[in-house]
Amino acid sequence: MKILVFVKQVPDTDDVQLDPKTGNLRRDGVKSMMNPMDANAIEAALQLKEKHGGSVVVVTMGLPMATEVQKKALGMGCDEAFLLSDRPFGGADTLATSYTLAKAAEKIGDFDLLLFGRLATDGDTAQTGPAVAAQLGIPQISLASSIEVRDGWVYCDRDLGDRVQRVRAKLPAVVTVNGGINKPRYATPINIMRAQKKPRTTWTAADLGCDMTKIGTPGSPSSTKKVFEPEKRNTDTQYLTGSPDEMAKALADLLEAEHLL
Amino acid sequence: MFRLDEEHLELQASFKEFAENEIKPLAKEIDETERFPLESVKKMAEMGMMGLPIPEEYGGSGIDQLGYVLEIEELAKVCATTAIIVSAHTSLCCWPILKFGTEEQKQKYLVPLARGEKLGAFALTEPSAGTDASMQKSTAVLDGDAYVLNGSKIFITNAGAADVFIVFAMTDKEQGTRGISAFIVERDMPGFSMSKPENKMGLRASSTCELIFDNVRIPKENLLGQEGKGFKIAMATLDGGRIGVAAQATGIAQGAIDEAVKYTTERIQFGRRISQFQNTQFTLADMQTKTDAARLLVWRAAAAEQDGQPYTAPAAMAKLFAAETASYVTNRAVQLFGGYGYSKDYPVERMMRDAKVTEIYEGTSEVQKMVISGFMGVK
Repeated sequence: MKILVFVKQVPDTDDVQLDPKTGNLRRDGVKSMMNPMDANAIEAALQLKEKHGGSVVVVTMGLPMATEVQKKALGMGCDEAFLLSDRPFGGADTLATSYTLAKAAEKIGDFDLLLFGRLATDGDTAQTGPAVAAQLGIPQISLASSIEVRDGWVYCDRDLGDRVQRVRAKLPAVVTVNGGINKPRYATPINIMRAQKKPRTTWTAADLGCDMTKIGTPGSPSSTKKVFEPEKRNTDTQYLTGSPDEMAKALADLLEAEHLL
Repeated sequence: MFRLDEEHLELQASFKEFAENEIKPLAKEIDETERFPLESVKKMAEMGMMGLPIPEEYGGSGIDQLGYVLEIEELAKVCATTAIIVSAHTSLCCWPILKFGTEEQKQKYLVPLARGEKLGAFALTEPSAGTDASMQKSTAVLDGDAYVLNGSKIFITNAGAADVFIVFAMTDKEQGTRGISAFIVERDMPGFSMSKPENKMGLRASSTCELIFDNVRIPKENLLGQEGKGFKIAMATLDGGRIGVAAQATGIAQGAIDEAVKYTTERIQFGRRISQFQNTQFTLADMQTKTDAARLLVWRAAAAEQDGQPYTAPAAMAKLFAAETASYVTNRAVQLFGGYGYSKDYPVERMMRDAKVTEIYEGTSEVQKMVISGFMGVK
């Protein structure tokens, strides 16, 4: 069984910075990390591999520094890594990204399952996984909170908040996983050392045979007009004193005055 | 040498992530309750961190000494107790079996130790044999197919949770240090008992106990190395142990700096972040410079060991300087925190308590100076 896992390097959630001129997320010089739900996708893939055999291939699109997340994926136990990195890929929206990732999947070929994190913490769209399925013309299951493979089908529970939906799709298929599906393993020291010998390949748009009108900015019908921080609300803390009864009464009076009671 | 290569950077990042997520959340609680963190040992075993520098064929991860000191430093940054649990187990119990053990001893003891299925300890110190370890009163007398061990050991790290102990005892009193031998002793051997853990100032969860041996029969095949070579084994083991302690001290110092940088860049006094005061900036600069210097000494000692070079003196220098740095840095960190630094609500007071023992155990700072000056030919 060959599983492709698509991972994205995102800014560290503790260190998100916006470029004040362009409004875009600053990626240079900012600490970055593997998108957390992509780590869940890798864990799901590794568990399936442990059960069914086969290989787990990790694919990422991004700047050359995205090799950091590749290395982490290999350290977790993935077998091979591909980085899609080329200037023309820049400025891609989810449509152009999904086209590029689908081209990579086709070039790698022979896959049974494509796994994604449900969404990335930077873009927050949850579109890329399903869009890759559309590009490849294969079924997709989103929001998976469990995943199982048998007899050529993938079975998932979809967590819809108030209810759980059990669905299946014929392989090959795309599945996007929720954060709660598992606890991602750490890269172990032995795997980190072994990862140094695992194959890592970088592909450009030309390598993938991309239609240049479908990648990067030209291939992106949507664009971000402006990114801004929401206005901060002023908060005020009042300390109540007195006996518990007095403080309770004072609190009730305050809430009443604010028409909250 | 002055910059980690890609592999070591990845190892460091992995240890840091693990330590932050799995070890740091327990640090305050185990310090306060003196509870030995068995669950952490289990998690580290799963990671392959309980036998990091031991070859894979003996259950370890086969990582080099530099990787090992990175592990100890990252653990110590968030929890010095956990760091010493690993260091005592790895450097003081696994290592001498690897170095001096027979193939049978390695298969029987080292493999489960390096896998983290069993925990190890090292028992040299006695009430009247501390810094002067040659004054061993414990005795081991050959009786048929076993040595009969009698005596006691004090301040033994990991004791309460350990399964395997490297124990030193006199097999021939007439020979002085050449009459000391080393043994592999199992916890459940009849006649072996221990006290409750010591109530310590720092490293409060590392289960430091007194061991009592009352006619414990140690099978002959559990003699480690040759009879009479125990003192040499102990000294060689402590050379490596000191690199581990130096890495631990460096980690404690760096952990305190990280906390102090965070605090001083958030805390407002006199209308400014306290990091904006030159006193804070200069103090932190001194703290970081000393800690970087300590780290380089640790790396040098680890590299010497890895390369098969003599490392007794580099290890002593690393331990001396890193331990004194840890005490200095944690003391300054508490000062930068002011009143909050003295409170158990922040970790720097714990770090200050934990730092002190690095100047004492596995050879006091004074012993390190004796070793260093001896290598300089100063008599």
